[in-house]
Amino acid sequence: MKVSAIITLKKDVLDPQGKVIHQALDGMGFENISEVRQGKYFEIDVNENDPNKAKAVVEEMCKKLLANLVIENYKIIETQ
Amino acid sequence: MKSSVITFPGSNCDRDMDVALKKFGFNNKMVWHDDNELPKSDLVVLPGGFSYGDYLRCGSMASKSKIMQSVINFAKSGGLVMGICNGFQILVETGLVPGVLLRNKYLEFICKNVFVKLDNKENTYFKNLNKDILEFHIAHNEGNYFCTKDQLKEIKDNNQIAIYYCNKEGKIEDQYNPNGSIKNIAGIFNKEKNVLGMMPHPERMIDQSLSGEDGSIFFKNLINNIK
Repeated sequence: MKVSAIITLKKDVLDPQGKVIHQALDGMGFENISEVRQGKYFEIDVNENDPNKAKAVVEEMCKKLLANLVIENYKIIETQ
Repeated sequence: MKSSVITFPGSNCDRDMDVALKKFGFNNKMVWHDDNELPKSDLVVLPGGFSYGDYLRCGSMASKSKIMQSVINFAKSGGLVMGICNGFQILVETGLVPGVLLRNKYLEFICKNVFVKLDNKENTYFKNLNKDILEFHIAHNEGNYFCTKDQLKEIKDNNQIAIYYCNKEGKIEDQYNPNGSIKNIAGIFNKEKNVLGMMPHPERMIDQSLSGEDGSIFFKNLINNIK
């Protein structure tokens, strides 16, 4: 089954790329924005039918490799 | 004195480091990332470069490569491990030194000489060094050192800050901070001070024709301290 993981920067961590994107959007006329934060999205096809087991495996992946927990949070979503 | 330099796919300062170590008397071996065992070493160096194309996060893939388990065991048993630039990024990803290296504050790749001030000489790397301010070279896109408030308190309490970005006179101020690093931190130790990670490249300053000799001072002193 497919499981997705979204990795986002923690609140206190500076995101210079997000800031530049915000400025660009602002310049394009999207003025109603208070903040942009950039993150990562993973789609992982796990050979496992039990959704809880599949999510547990992806959680382990997030902790060990996909996210750096000093600066990032992760969120796991069952997609299929 | 025996040293080992680990080559990862995408390392590009491994040969420079080999030249530098040999110049100052180390019997250096190059070690491939896919090997299981480190040769007998007094010093292990993780060199600069772009291991695994900086995929995911700089240093993250290299930190999981085969040889790293052996490097981690060596470091945990008190062995000297030095990570330069991408090597520093690999060290933070292994957790051997605290914190992370973020994208430079102004989103530019920085390539220039900088001055760094030593904070702590109670360690094998800087003991007996007769200078407090060294001129080194930096070349990186992700050198913006960051750690949590709790980690910062801990590394200060344990004297783990190795070097700060400063000016020629040793002033540590915002304007001499090239990449936005927290507290101008350019390099950091583990608690025990046997593991050192730093963004500047001492191996690029070992010849007058390579814009400076402060790297020579560093390596000469280092081998004397290990002997």
